[in-house]
Amino acid sequence: MSGQIENVSRRRFLKNLGISSTALVIGVQLPGLSLMPKALAASSDNAVFEPSVYLQIAQDNTVSVIVHRSEMGQGIRTSIPMILADELEADWQQVKVIQGLGDKKYGSQNTDGSRSIRRFYQPLREAGASARMMLEQAAANIWQVPVAQCQAQSGHVVDKAGARQLTFGDLVAAAQQLPLPEKDKIVFKAKQDFNFIGKENVALVDGHDIATGKAVYGYDVQLPEMKIAVIARPPVLASKIKSYDDSAAKKVPGVIAVVKMPDVEEPVLFKPLGGIAVIATNTWAALQGRKALKIDWQVNQDHQTYNSDSYKAALNNSCDNPAKVLRQKGDVTKALADADQVLSAEYYVPELIHAPMEPPAATAHYHDGQFDIWACTQTPQSAQNTVAQFMQVEPEKVNVNVTLLGGGFGRKSKPDFIVEAAYLAKTLMMPIKVEWSREDEVQQGYYHAVSYQKLRAGLKNKTLTAWQHNVALPPIGSTFSKGADLIGSESGLGLVDMPYQVANVSCAAGKAPAHTRIGWLRSVTNINQAFAVCSFADELAHARDLDPVQNLLSLLGDDRLIDLTKEQTEYGNYGESTDVYPIDTARLKNVVNRVAELANWSKPRPKNHGLGIAVHRSFVSYVASVVEVSVNPQGKIKLEHVWLSVDCGTAVNPERIKSQMEGAAVFAISLAYYGELTAKNGVIEQGNFDTYQMARIGEVPETTVDIVDSDAPPGGVGEPGVPPIVPALTNAIFAATGKRYRELPLKQYDII
Amino acid sequence: MITLMINGKAHQFDDDGSMPLLWALRDVLKYTGTKYGCGKGLCGACTVHLNSQPVRSCSLPVSAVGDGEITTIEGLSENGEHAVQQAWQQLNVPQCGYCQAGQMMSAAALLENNKKPSDDDIERAMSGNICRCGTYQRIKQAIHLAVELKE
Repeated sequence: MSGQIENVSRRRFLKNLGISSTALVIGVQLPGLSLMPKALAASSDNAVFEPSVYLQIAQDNTVSVIVHRSEMGQGIRTSIPMILADELEADWQQVKVIQGLGDKKYGSQNTDGSRSIRRFYQPLREAGASARMMLEQAAANIWQVPVAQCQAQSGHVVDKAGARQLTFGDLVAAAQQLPLPEKDKIVFKAKQDFNFIGKENVALVDGHDIATGKAVYGYDVQLPEMKIAVIARPPVLASKIKSYDDSAAKKVPGVIAVVKMPDVEEPVLFKPLGGIAVIATNTWAALQGRKALKIDWQVNQDHQTYNSDSYKAALNNSCDNPAKVLRQKGDVTKALADADQVLSAEYYVPELIHAPMEPPAATAHYHDGQFDIWACTQTPQSAQNTVAQFMQVEPEKVNVNVTLLGGGFGRKSKPDFIVEAAYLAKTLMMPIKVEWSREDEVQQGYYHAVSYQKLRAGLKNKTLTAWQHNVALPPIGSTFSKGADLIGSESGLGLVDMPYQVANVSCAAGKAPAHTRIGWLRSVTNINQAFAVCSFADELAHARDLDPVQNLLSLLGDDRLIDLTKEQTEYGNYGESTDVYPIDTARLKNVVNRVAELANWSKPRPKNHGLGIAVHRSFVSYVASVVEVSVNPQGKIKLEHVWLSVDCGTAVNPERIKSQMEGAAVFAISLAYYGELTAKNGVIEQGNFDTYQMARIGEVPETTVDIVDSDAPPGGVGEPGVPPIVPALTNAIFAATGKRYRELPLKQYDII
Repeated sequence: MITLMINGKAHQFDDDGSMPLLWALRDVLKYTGTKYGCGKGLCGACTVHLNSQPVRSCSLPVSAVGDGEITTIEGLSENGEHAVQQAWQQLNVPQCGYCQAGQMMSAAALLENNKKPSDDDIERAMSGNICRCGTYQRIKQAIHLAVELKE
C-alpha cells in the first residue's frame, strides 16, 4: 500500500476548517482503490483518491490531527492520533483531535468494512515521519549543524551534541519552507521505539466528554430555531400514500407543520422512504402528532407478499436449485457418490437489524443555497452526494459535519435519514432535526438478510473428500438494483473462501427476491456463512471421531496460501490484494492452537459443561474462539467464558482491539440468543427491545482476548470478532447437551 | 407552570405536563447528556436520579416529578470527579459511549445503596441497561474499581 504525500499548506479549504495559515500541514493522499466488495461500495463513493489525513502543527505548539473517519466506538479518534503522534514524536498532551468534514478532498471517508487502520496505518506513519524529518531539518538549519545531530523527542527537537532544544511550535516557520522528504527517503521509527503504537495505556480521546455527558451525538445537535421531525414511513417497503388526514395531528400542542415526503421509487438506494413528517417544537409533541395521523396507504403488492414462514420455505427450495456456481474444484457429485460417509446439514439465520443504541438522527439547515448538516454518519461523503443529488444542488453546497455515533454497525453507512432532514429543512426553510424512534429503526431499516444454507460433506476413511455449500438469501444488490435476487460480493464473506483442505468443492447460490431494504450489518454475510461452515466443521469432528481442535487443525491441513484464482473463483478479499493479504492457513491454525491453549482446552471440565471452538478469517484478520457453556438440570444454558485469539497483523491499539473483541462476543451472543425479525404481509413484526432483545449484563460471560504479536500489515478489527463466536457457542452447547442447533435464534428452543 | 429541580437548579417548565422527563430535559431544557434509546423503559439509556433513586426518564411524565430532585449525568459531579466517572475513564469502559450516561447513573445509584456490591448485585442493578457495543465486562470491573476509589 503506497501513499503519496504532498504539501498542501496553501490550499484554500484549510481556511474553511479554521486552520491558521501559519501551520505546517502535511497531507496524505492515496491512489484510488476499491475498498469493499463492489456491491457494498455502491454508494456515491466515486472519489478518485483514497482518504487523506491531515496533521497540523501550530506555532502555539498544538499538534492537530484531523480525523477523517467516523467514531462509533471502535476508537478511531484515539488510534489515528496515536499513529501520527508516534511517528511525529509528539507529546500526547499537545495533540488535539479535529473531526474532518465530509469532503471529497479526503478521498473515501466511508467508515465501514473494518478498514480505517488497514488502509491508513502506513500513510499515517509516512505523514508523521515526514513531518518529524522536516522539523529536524528545520532545527539543523537554525542551529547550523548536521541534521543527524537533531532528534525529535516528545514534542521537541533536541541537539544531541548540546543542551539546546526547540519546541515543534518554534520550528513551524522554518519547517514550512522545506520540501517534503522523498518517499523512499522517509525514515520510520523502529518498533521498539514506539511510544503509542502497540501500547495499552492510551486513554480514549473522548473518554472525559463521555463520562461527563458532554459528548455530542447525532441526536444531541441543537441549533437556534431548530424544530424536531418524526416521520410515519410506509409499513411495507415502497408503498405510497393514497390519502391522509392530519387534522388531529395539527391540533397537538407543539406541532407546527405536517409535510408529505416524496414517495420512494425502487431501487430505494439511500433515498428517503416517503411517508408523512410531523414537525414540532419538541420530540414528544412530534411523536404525539404522528400518532394522531390517519394514513391510507397504497400498499406495494409485491412486498406485501413477504411472510417469514413461506419465505423460509422458498429459501430452502432455492438452495436446491442454485442459479450460480460460485466455486468449483474437482467433482463434488462424484466425490459424494464415492464417499463412505455423507453428512448433510441445513442452517437458518433470520433477518437481523443493527439496533445501535442511538437510532439515526440528522440535523439540516438550508440557507443561502446550501445545506449545513450535522449527523451521526459513517459516511459523510455519501451523505453529501446523496443529499446533493436528491435536492439537486452541487455537492459543494452540502456541508456534512460528523458527530459522534451512538453505535453504527453499518446502519449509519446509509444516509437516507440525512436526506430526510435536508428535504424538510428546505421545504420548511428552518433548521430541522429528524429523529428516528427505536421502532422506526427496527421496522424501517437496512436489514441483514435472512438466509438458508445446505451443506453436504463426503468422508472417505474419515478424510474429508467433498464439500458442498449452497446458500439462498436476498442480496444487498437489491437495494441498488430493483429486482436483483442473486448474491454478489457476499460470496466472498465466508462462502467461497472456506479454507479447509479438500479435493472437491462446490459453492453455489440460489435466487431470493428482497422485500425489505437489504444492507450490511457488522461482519455482514460472514455471520451466517461462518455459522454454517464452522458448525458443519464441528459436525465433521464427531463423524471423524476426532477432538474438535484436532479436527479443525486437520481440516485446515497443510500450511499454505489459498489461491482461489487458480480455481477461477471470484473472490473480493475485502478489496485487498491477495499478495499482501493472502488466505494463510498457518495463521488460521496458529490462532486455533493459541485459543485452545488460552482456554486450557484439554483440561477436564465438570460433566455439565461443554467447550466449542471455531475459527474464521474475515476482513483479512484471523480470529479463533472457544466458548464454554454449562447446562443446568432444567436444560438452561449458561455461558461460562469466551476466549478469543486474534491475529490482525500489526496491532496498533491493543486496548481497543480487546474492547472490540469483547464487544463482538456480546454482539454475537445477542444474535445467537435473540436475533430474529419476522415479516407478516410485508410488515416487520418486532419494534423495540421487548420484541427484539439484546443480551444483558447478566447473560454475558467474561471474555479473554489474546492478540498475536505480528508485524504483518494490519487487518480489520471491528468486525472479524463476530463470526466465529456464534458457531463456537452452538458447538459448545452440542458438547454439553448432545443437541445440535442449526437454526437461530436459540431462544426458540427454551434453553436460554 | 411546573418548577423542576435539576442538578440543584430550579427550572420553570410550562409545556405539556404529560411530556416524559427525557424530552423535557433534552429538548426543552437542553440537558442532552441523558439519552433516548427506546422510549419504553427497556434499555436504561435515559436513566437519571429522582431523589437519588434511578428512574427511566423516558417513562416518567414531568407532572409526576413533583418537587423531587433530579440529577442528570451533567450534575453527577462538577467535572467528572465522581468515583464512577473516574473508574469509567480509567478502564476505558465506553466504546461508542451513548448508553454510558445511563449506565453510570445506574451504577452511581447502586453504590449509594450498596457500598460493596457483588457481581450478582451488579448484574441485578444493571440488568435494565443495554449496551449494544457490549461493554458489560468493563462496566462490572469499573463498578468494583469505583468502590475502591471511594474507599
